[in-house]
Amino acid sequence: MIRKIALTAALSVLALAAPFALTASETGQVALSATETSHADAQAAADQNTGHAESHVTDVAFPFEGPFGVYDRNQLQRGLQVYTEVCSACHGLKYVPIRTLGDRGGPELPTKQVRAYAANLAPVDDPDTGESRDRKAADFFPKSGDPQAPDLSLMAKARKGFSGPYGLGINQLIHGIGGPEYIYSILTDFTGKTKEQAGKTFYQNSAFPGGWIAMPPPLQNGQVEFADGSPNDVAHMAKDVSAFLMWTAEPKLDARKKTGFLAVIFLGVLAALLYLTNKKLWAPLKRKQTRL
Amino acid sequence: MSGIPHDHYKPKTGFEKWLHSRLPIVGLLYDTLMIPTPKNLNWMWIWGIVLTFCLALQIVTGVVLAMHYTPNTHLAFASVEHIRRDVNGGYMLAYLHANGASLFFLAVYLHIFRGLYYGSYKSPREVTWIIGMLIYLLMMGTAFMGYVLPWGQMSFWGATVITGLFGAIPGIGPSIQTWLLGGPAVENATLNRFFSLHYLLPFVIAGLVAVHIWAFHTTGNNNPTGVEVRRGSKEEAAKDTVPFWPYYVIKDLFALAVILAIFFAIVGFMPNFLGEPDNYIEANPLMTPAHIVPEWYFLPFYAILRAFTSDVWVVQIAHFVSFGIIDAKFFGVIAMFGAILVMALAPWLDTSSVRSGKYRPSFKWWFWILVVDFVVLMWAGSQGPDALNGWMPAISLLASAYWFFYFLILLPLLGVVERPAKLPATIEEDFDAHYPAVDHSEPAE
Repeated sequence: MIRKIALTAALSVLALAAPFALTASETGQVALSATETSHADAQAAADQNTGHAESHVTDVAFPFEGPFGVYDRNQLQRGLQVYTEVCSACHGLKYVPIRTLGDRGGPELPTKQVRAYAANLAPVDDPDTGESRDRKAADFFPKSGDPQAPDLSLMAKARKGFSGPYGLGINQLIHGIGGPEYIYSILTDFTGKTKEQAGKTFYQNSAFPGGWIAMPPPLQNGQVEFADGSPNDVAHMAKDVSAFLMWTAEPKLDARKKTGFLAVIFLGVLAALLYLTNKKLWAPLKRKQTRL
Repeated sequence: MSGIPHDHYKPKTGFEKWLHSRLPIVGLLYDTLMIPTPKNLNWMWIWGIVLTFCLALQIVTGVVLAMHYTPNTHLAFASVEHIRRDVNGGYMLAYLHANGASLFFLAVYLHIFRGLYYGSYKSPREVTWIIGMLIYLLMMGTAFMGYVLPWGQMSFWGATVITGLFGAIPGIGPSIQTWLLGGPAVENATLNRFFSLHYLLPFVIAGLVAVHIWAFHTTGNNNPTGVEVRRGSKEEAAKDTVPFWPYYVIKDLFALAVILAIFFAIVGFMPNFLGEPDNYIEANPLMTPAHIVPEWYFLPFYAILRAFTSDVWVVQIAHFVSFGIIDAKFFGVIAMFGAILVMALAPWLDTSSVRSGKYRPSFKWWFWILVVDFVVLMWAGSQGPDALNGWMPAISLLASAYWFFYFLILLPLLGVVERPAKLPATIEEDFDAHYPAVDHSEPAE
């Protein structure tokens, strides 16, 4: 019952928020290509391919979507494993403190595991002494090993999967901004074609703006063995690691939604009480009868 | 102080008398809170309270954010991440502050258009209007500098583009730009001064808000009929008004609660909806984003800035007449600031003797076209460079032209040619027409 009321409240609130969509500043293809030109390689590729290839992002149903969606702890742990075994070879997470792997609403690793995980990472230069030492849980993840590979800490918020139509922002309102979907699509939408350009190899990818990406297809079926025997085809691994990267970008998502929900309920009740107060207050002036 | 006649504060107890003869602060608060307010105000009169709340929200969240933020180009981006991840409640703070700016501007636009429709800018409220315009300008400056602080890609490139506007001023432009930036380009000096000013200006705004309220408390509120409150006597005034407390305090608080419920739903469930993903990438002076776009609340004026390209005949004439001093870029800058200037001059451009648009049959239509025009400009401002080959430039130009046409030609002209509808004699008459008296006489047996 409570859940139903809450859902109705949230839906009506979202419906009221719809006019905001009309004022949103996002545009479609253009903005996507904007974010991607920060890839120097992509720039070169885009110059070659005049006219942007239509990039296509698949809408994935993630458990953390919607007003009540929360992270799936097991999925985040699998995603962490995919990141560690595959992505971390080139990509860093320099804004993410390792200790947060144990935080509530995240992968929730036990403290011992968090410490062990930190110790397994590359050594760090101590900020106080300047000497190299083992990484501790209080340190951050390493930064990207490959200078061409962007840091992934905030990637799920720094890209958008959905936009438009005509710059009106309605698609974002319905599907969300689509950062994790964008990552998922990049990982799964390699066509298998390659090309050489300026001494570099580019891989065709239908999700990437411009169509050609410098990153080789990182995932192969069965590449990562999950302890719980979860499916490990490319699509499942891509989904898990996209969810994990959403967590690295927005680790307090659960707490934020909870706070938002409480605030909406509180303000809703307050508004109802103030409505009745206001009605009774003005009734004599408006020559109306009130039953209160 | 003139104003609508009403009962003033009279100190009763010994302490009250003692204080009142030394500092009449209770009297000031009493008179402010009990001010006679037209009793026919509609729901468009709630935005003042929403705006006051927004200013308070931005100052409170901003002061806490400043405790954890580091204004240094190497540390700023990471310090914002630190706020989001590690500071108690930080996951709400930054989003409340960023979306709070959006609510602030949404409310200010509705407040301004309310004033434009009901003629709130007309005599004797010109000073209120001008102060309001100053507040709006300061809001834009404050919001722009605040957007630079997270030091994302859009922060950096937005700052580069906007300060570049000043560089377009002939002759002294480049010097002004260097002076604003504290150097030849957007760098650490820029970030530091923007942080300092972003902290300072809200308090200047708060001061102007007090003067804004003082001004319209002197003239009295406008109201949907535009008919003035009768001031012959206290009794007469009381027929047209109710005291602000409790009638409008409760009404405004109800409206505020509804608006905040929506606001918190956005902050809680979709806090990045109005933002730009590029700003989650740390600023990089070596990589220009293909599409530099301001936040939604600047888009209409950004569209006007971009509308006047060198192939537009007005620009070509200006270029010719000024012996080449005014080029397309400078013309765009003039147009953008001019768009706000003509709005500020509305009290002197509008020649109609009738205040409220409700009683102006043709004005009404032109006003609603202006509202649509504003939304179209907002859309045009959001379009990226790819759209420049299509219909967008023509639409921007047409929409910009209408903005100036409305203020410079329509407002003076309509007052002369339009025949207004009949006004109610008093506010009381208007109110009673909405809420007719119930017949309490006993039915005949």
